[in-house]
Amino acid sequence: MHLVLKQPSVLPGFGLTLGFTLFYFSLIVLIPLSGLFVKTSSMSWEQFWDIVTNPRAIASYQLTFGASLAGALINGVFGSIIAWVLVRYRFPGRSLVDALVDLPFALPTAVAGITLTSIYASNGWIGRYLEPLGIKVAFTPLGVLVALTFIGLPFVVRTVQPVLQDLDKEVEEAATTLGANRWQTFRAVIVPELWPALLTGIAMAFARAVGEYGSVIFIAGNMPMKSEITPLLIMTKLEQYDYAGATTLGVVMLVTSFVLALMINILQWWSGARHMNQ
Amino acid sequence: MKSLRTMLMVLSALLVVVNPLAVHAEEITLLNVSYDPTRELYQEFNAAFAKYWQREKGQTVVVKQSHGGSGKQARAVIDGLDADVVTLALAYDIDAISEKAKLIPRNWQSRLPHNSAPYTSTIVFLVRKGNPKGIRDWDDLVKPGVAIIPANPKTSGAARWAYLSAWGYALKKYGNDESKAKDFIGKFYANVPVFDTGARGATTTFVERGIGDVLVGWENEAYLALKELGAGKFEIVTPSISILAEPTVSLVDGVVKRRGTEPVAQAYLQYLYSDEGQELAAKHFYRPRAEAVAAKYAGQFAKLKLFTIDEVFGGWQKAQQTHFADGGVFDEIYKPQ
Repeated sequence: MHLVLKQPSVLPGFGLTLGFTLFYFSLIVLIPLSGLFVKTSSMSWEQFWDIVTNPRAIASYQLTFGASLAGALINGVFGSIIAWVLVRYRFPGRSLVDALVDLPFALPTAVAGITLTSIYASNGWIGRYLEPLGIKVAFTPLGVLVALTFIGLPFVVRTVQPVLQDLDKEVEEAATTLGANRWQTFRAVIVPELWPALLTGIAMAFARAVGEYGSVIFIAGNMPMKSEITPLLIMTKLEQYDYAGATTLGVVMLVTSFVLALMINILQWWSGARHMNQ
Repeated sequence: MKSLRTMLMVLSALLVVVNPLAVHAEEITLLNVSYDPTRELYQEFNAAFAKYWQREKGQTVVVKQSHGGSGKQARAVIDGLDADVVTLALAYDIDAISEKAKLIPRNWQSRLPHNSAPYTSTIVFLVRKGNPKGIRDWDDLVKPGVAIIPANPKTSGAARWAYLSAWGYALKKYGNDESKAKDFIGKFYANVPVFDTGARGATTTFVERGIGDVLVGWENEAYLALKELGAGKFEIVTPSISILAEPTVSLVDGVVKRRGTEPVAQAYLQYLYSDEGQELAAKHFYRPRAEAVAAKYAGQFAKLKLFTIDEVFGGWQKAQQTHFADGGVFDEIYKPQ
C-alpha cells in the first residue's frame, strides 16, 4: 500500500497542483462566500429567524425554487430531445440550430427578459393569442417559469450531447438483434448511459435558474406574495442599506442550493454505481 | 540596420511633436454619480460647464457621468466608487453615504441653497389619449377598475415620492387622520397590477406593453415620454396637490480632498444654480429654482399645490423608517390576512 502511494505518477507535481487548486478555490469561491456568513453573523438568531421565516420571504422561496425546478425538469425532457436530434440526424441547417442552442447562455439576461416580456405581454406576438384563452404569461408566476426555462436550456443540451455522440449506434443494433423492442432498447440501453449526464444538466439548469435575476425581473410583475423572487427581496433589502438582512436571504439560498446540489450528486453517484453493478 | 535607424529617427521626431501636447493636455476629470432620468440633462450641462471653466480658469475639465437607480448608485459610492459629486434622487441616499462611509459631513444639505436641491420635480399622472377613465386627481386612482402603474417603492426613488404624494393628499383630505390615509394607500396599491423595480421600467410597462390606465411618476419623465413618443398617444394630468420632489446634490468631501478636485467640483455644483444651469434644468423638464428662469418657463409646467417632505413627514429619515423599512406601513398593505 505504502509502495503504491510512493509510486511516481506519469505527470509529476501532485503536491503543487493540489496546493494550487486549494488556493485558487479559496480565493475565488470560499473567501467571498465566507464573507456572506460573516455579514450575517452580525445578527442574533431571532433576527435571523424572523427574516428567514417572513411570509413574504417564504412565498418567494416557493416561487424561486419551484419555478427553477420545474424549468429544469422541462429542459430535461425537451433538452434531451434536442440533443438527440442534433446528434442522430443530419438535416439542412443543423449546425445553425446547434449554434442557436447557446444563445440563451450568451445573451445578456436583461435582453432576454425584455424580449420575453414584449412577446408574452397581452399586446405581444404570442401573448395576444394566449390572452383570449385565459392564459396570462407576462407579469405572472408563469412568466417566471418561461424565463427560467429559456435560460436553462443550453445546460441540458450541452451535457447530454457529448454522451450521445459517444453512444455507438451498434449498441442499439446489438440490443435489437438480441430481441429487444424499441422501448426496451431505450429503457435498458440508452437511458442508463444518459442518466448521469442528464442529471448533471438538470442540476446545472436548476442552479442557474435559482440565481437568475436580470431576465426574471422584467417578466415577473414583482407583486409581493405572488410573483416576487428571492433575489428581488435581496435587492430590496440592499436598497434599504440592510446588508445583514440581504446576506441572510443569500445564506438561505446558498444553503438550499448546496443541499439540492449535494442530493443530485448523491443520486448521480448512486445511479452510476447501480449501473456498474449490473 | 539602416532602416532601423530611420525608424528610430521618425519615432523620436514623433515624440517631440506629440510630447508638448501630452504635457499641455493636463485635464481635470470629475465623476458625477447620478440617478437614471438625469442622463440627458447632465450630458448637456457637463458640456456647458466645461466651456465655462475653460473660459474662467483656462483648464480643461472632463466630467464623466454614471447613472443607475439612486440607491444602487449610493451603495457604489459607499463601496468605494470615486465620485467627486453625487446628484441623487433622494436626500436619504446621500444621508446613507454620509452615515455609512463618512465621506460627507452630516450637515451636507445645508451647504448649498434650497436644501441642496438646485432643481425640483413632482409626481404627476400620464394617461392614455383622451383620458378614457376620466382621471383628474388622486381620488380617481383608488376607484375600482382603474389600473395604475407606479414603480416599487422598495426599490425606486420615484416610487417613494409617488407613495408619499398619495399619502400627503390623503392626510389633507381626511384632516390628518392617519388610519384613513392608510386605508387610502391600501386601495391605491390594490389597483397596481405590476411592480417595476425602477421608474424607467414602469414607463416601459405603461407605454410599450400597454398595461394600466395611469402611470404615476416623475413629472420630467412624463414630459420626456410625451416628447419622445409623440403627444398624440398620451396626456399629462397634473393633480391638485403633489409633493415637491427635491433631487439633491452634494460634494463627496472624502474623495475631492484626496483627489485635489475640491475647487472645480464645488464650482460644478454651484454652476447648477447659475442662469445657464437653471435654463438647462428647465429645458429637461425639471422645475428651476431661480425665479427669473422659473417665470420664463412658467407656461411649461402646470400650476399645483406642492408640499415638502419635511412639512408632512418630518424628513426622509423618518419617512423611510415609518413607511418603507421592512415591516413599515407599505409592507402592512401586502401582509397576508
